Amino acid sequence: MAGPMRIRAASNGTETEVKVLMSHEMETGQRKDPSGALIPAHHITELTATHNGRVVLSGQFGPAVSKNPYLQFRFKGGAKGDKVTVSWVDNKGDKRSDEVVVS
Amino acid sequence: MNTQRRQALKSGGALGLFGVLVAAGLVTAEEARAAGWDKPAFDAKTMDDALKALGAGKPGESSDIMLNAPDIAENGAVVPVGVKSSLPGTEFIAILIEKNPSMLAASFTLPDGTPGDISTRVKMGQTSSVYALVKADGKYFMVSKEIKVTLGGCGG
Repeated sequence: MAGPMRIRAASNGTETEVKVLMSHEMETGQRKDPSGALIPAHHITELTATHNGRVVLSGQFGPAVSKNPYLQFRFKGGAKGDKVTVSWVDNKGDKRSDEVVVS
Repeated sequence: MNTQRRQALKSGGALGLFGVLVAAGLVTAEEARAAGWDKPAFDAKTMDDALKALGAGKPGESSDIMLNAPDIAENGAVVPVGVKSSLPGTEFIAILIEKNPSMLAASFTLPDGTPGDISTRVKMGQTSSVYALVKADGKYFMVSKEIKVTLGGCGG
């Protein structure tokens, strides 16, 4: 099971900047193990970020996103104490959702 | 031999079922995207196929899109790429890497209130042009930048 995400959400009064560091192998499906067998692809496919329950970003990842994906974006609004939630699903159906309070 | 049928079978097989449905007009690209992970777009091996799968057609150029990435990436496994679009009504951003096994790396849908400003990190197998595709106000635009890769990030 994948480890927790590190999320930071900081409001400057008008906008909130969100930085997310996910913990995921992001295996491409192109690499081979030492015996020459192909390592099956294992990567995040879909990602959603919400602010107090409202979707502020949705994304789709292919295997070309780096291991332990990093994502940074902004949205209008958001005040200190609000909640920002980021969740993802990978191609094997694993899920992860983490929440952070806007600072 | 019926060559037309051959051709149809060939292109059908390459596009996959969703591609056929999209081509047949039964499922629009938009609906396919809403239904979850856009496999046809992520499987696309050429720019034309990727743009077709994303429903982008022939995107125009725009000086209002900035593609922030290094000129030289020492490690192809971790290449920081940022896309900033000041086009009004920016609703969709995709990052495509021309010489990767599959071109589309990531795509983002931005609801109202989310500015076109996204940064992430991608893998690059070799030196390649990287494209930022932006949909704003219903129209598609694209900009590119070449990133030189010293050490590839896709091999094993």
